[in-house]
Amino acid sequence: MKRSRLLGVALASIALSVGALGAAQAADPLKMAFVYVGPVGDGGWTFAHDLGRKAMEKALGSKVSTSFVENVPESGDAERVIRDLATKGNTIILTTSFGYMDSTLKVAKSFPKVEFYHATGFKSASNVTIYNSRMYEPAYLAGIIAGHMSKTGKLGFVASFPIPEVVRNINAYTMGARSVNSKITTKVVWVSTWYDPSKERQAAEALIGQGADVLLQNTDSSATLQTAQDKGVYAFGWDSDMAAYAPKAHLASAIETWGGYYTKLAEAALAGKPLKQTVWGGIREGMNDLVNVNPVIPETARKIVAAKKAEIAGGMQVFTGPIMGQDGSVKVAAGKSLTDKEIDSVNWYVEGVEGQLPGQK
Amino acid sequence: MIGFELVRRAAPSQAMQVIAPLQAVLLTLLAGLGLFALLGQDPLHAFHQFFIAPLSTPNGVSELLLKASPLCLIGLGLAIAYRANVWNIGAEGQMYIGGVFATGLAIHYQQQWGAFMLPSMIVAGALGGMLWAALTAWCRARFHASEILVSLMLTYVANLLIKYLVFGPWQDPQANNFPLTVAFEDNALFPLLAELGWDWFEGTRLNLSIVITLLAIPLAWVFSQRTFAGFQLAVSGSAPGAARYAGYKESRAVWIAMLMSGAAAGLAGVSEVAGPIGQLNDRWTPQYGFTAIIVAALARFNPLAVPVAALLMALLYLGGESVQIELQLPKSISEVFQGLLLMFLLGSEVLVRFRLRRRVSAARGDGQ
Repeated sequence: MKRSRLLGVALASIALSVGALGAAQAADPLKMAFVYVGPVGDGGWTFAHDLGRKAMEKALGSKVSTSFVENVPESGDAERVIRDLATKGNTIILTTSFGYMDSTLKVAKSFPKVEFYHATGFKSASNVTIYNSRMYEPAYLAGIIAGHMSKTGKLGFVASFPIPEVVRNINAYTMGARSVNSKITTKVVWVSTWYDPSKERQAAEALIGQGADVLLQNTDSSATLQTAQDKGVYAFGWDSDMAAYAPKAHLASAIETWGGYYTKLAEAALAGKPLKQTVWGGIREGMNDLVNVNPVIPETARKIVAAKKAEIAGGMQVFTGPIMGQDGSVKVAAGKSLTDKEIDSVNWYVEGVEGQLPGQK
Repeated sequence: MIGFELVRRAAPSQAMQVIAPLQAVLLTLLAGLGLFALLGQDPLHAFHQFFIAPLSTPNGVSELLLKASPLCLIGLGLAIAYRANVWNIGAEGQMYIGGVFATGLAIHYQQQWGAFMLPSMIVAGALGGMLWAALTAWCRARFHASEILVSLMLTYVANLLIKYLVFGPWQDPQANNFPLTVAFEDNALFPLLAELGWDWFEGTRLNLSIVITLLAIPLAWVFSQRTFAGFQLAVSGSAPGAARYAGYKESRAVWIAMLMSGAAAGLAGVSEVAGPIGQLNDRWTPQYGFTAIIVAALARFNPLAVPVAALLMALLYLGGESVQIELQLPKSISEVFQGLLLMFLLGSEVLVRFRLRRRVSAARGDGQ
């Protein structure tokens, strides 16, 4: 009895040490977990992140093992989910919505060995890295198309929250359109939500009712696009390719492409050198794009878009002067550009955007 | 044809009043096993992941208590109100206003009030919930407006009020225009149990607000079983005619029921904003006020059963997350379980007032 137990222990310890040796060579897969704000679904913000996760899994195969939790509210629940994922042995946790910022920081403090990546936030820590995509670049390109396609000279924007990330997309869209037609104006409706198809639809209907005939949105559903198709006007897909939802109305999709970045950060972690640098990438870094451009768009417009895209990929900054504010005053002088910090705290509209930015007194 | 039919009982069955909720829970669990099997999982393994695994660590237990605490608190208030036949559906909104009142104090005075900050916030939160409930009570007592509709509608008003505040006057100037207030300082937050020397809770988020709930449970029981006001409420609810004959004013019952349930909801609001969230933001819509309605119903409006029901509902949330993380099952499975539970509960309720009887075949029935 005693002997057999001893033997068992000996065998077990051999097995363990062999296992450890094996681990040094083949290594356990890198455990990565994603926290999503919406449903994985078939389009939009969370869908784009999940495409990124899948692309990374495909690229790295058995070197990584991923899991995700969807529909995590940005309330007290987020911290529990993130903490739970950290205790379950994930070495990389990606929290993919702004509202997870403080929860991520709190959990990161108690798990110094876990690397956290938080999308779109502005607070980092030694093990919390921020990443974001310069969606204003494809928004600018979409604006160029809108400028060509609009007959009424009025564009519409279904906006979520008056935060810099959204305001600069409205600005870029308007600037893109005015670069080809200086009479264009943009109307904005705020829906105070990231995802609510019925509200987005109402907002789109209101904009169309006021004469807007090319719409863009900074919300997650395809409702704006579908409403545009129902009413016979044009719109764009946002976050993911939404052409299939409304092939007639769809002019192009401004999409996020996270796969490359996710693969890079997983590779770095596998090599033992986790990425710690804040990443704010755009077309140049392959983090977003304008895709699936509709053939109804005239050749000339498509050429301009392609040329601008190449310029942006070559380092051109969209917010380069001269840029006028709503009252016609010079906000950015000719030859000057907004710094990243200024882009990240913009709280004014460019010339051509109608209405008052909420929260501005 | 042999079949069954429902026959009204002479009096509601005492035994079934106890059995019905248990039967509902049991049926839910059985349906859950079937559901897991349909989703292609080993039912027992999935079951373990859903109902047992979340409780296997101190952190899991503390998260369960953290989630159950506001549900229990609101559920206690609602149980008292529903016994009086006052259908407060708007506890969610009353909770928001409790949170708003507490936040108002915190962001304006947390620098000056020191140790008085948190106690003041608790009082303010209860008052806020009562105030919001009082609007409903007043409409019902004065105009005979339906408290169901008024309290439900006021929930949306309360939500818009939060949005106005966090987008406007209470917005943190450092927040890049994001709709949130400044984070509360330590004196405006419930201390964590771990910080108070309870080592078992080390690393968990469980905080002192659970004491409010623990105190509320016996208080609610004593109120409903041992006080004259509680008795009046129960009589108004179960026998309005008798209550009127005895000279109990209906409006008084409405006021007491609404104010008590409002205060409980307001306290739950404080325990959230001064607990795990630590600030007010526009996305704070945990739906506890609505879930607590199921909690109160599941407990058959008995204050001593409310904590059990709250723990069960909290477990349904945690279990949903657990199976998603471990088995990649969709999280909506939590909602399916909640729905099943409510459905089976309502179904089982029938047996309190009715009993099943074997139907006598038509031919013989005619011949009687």
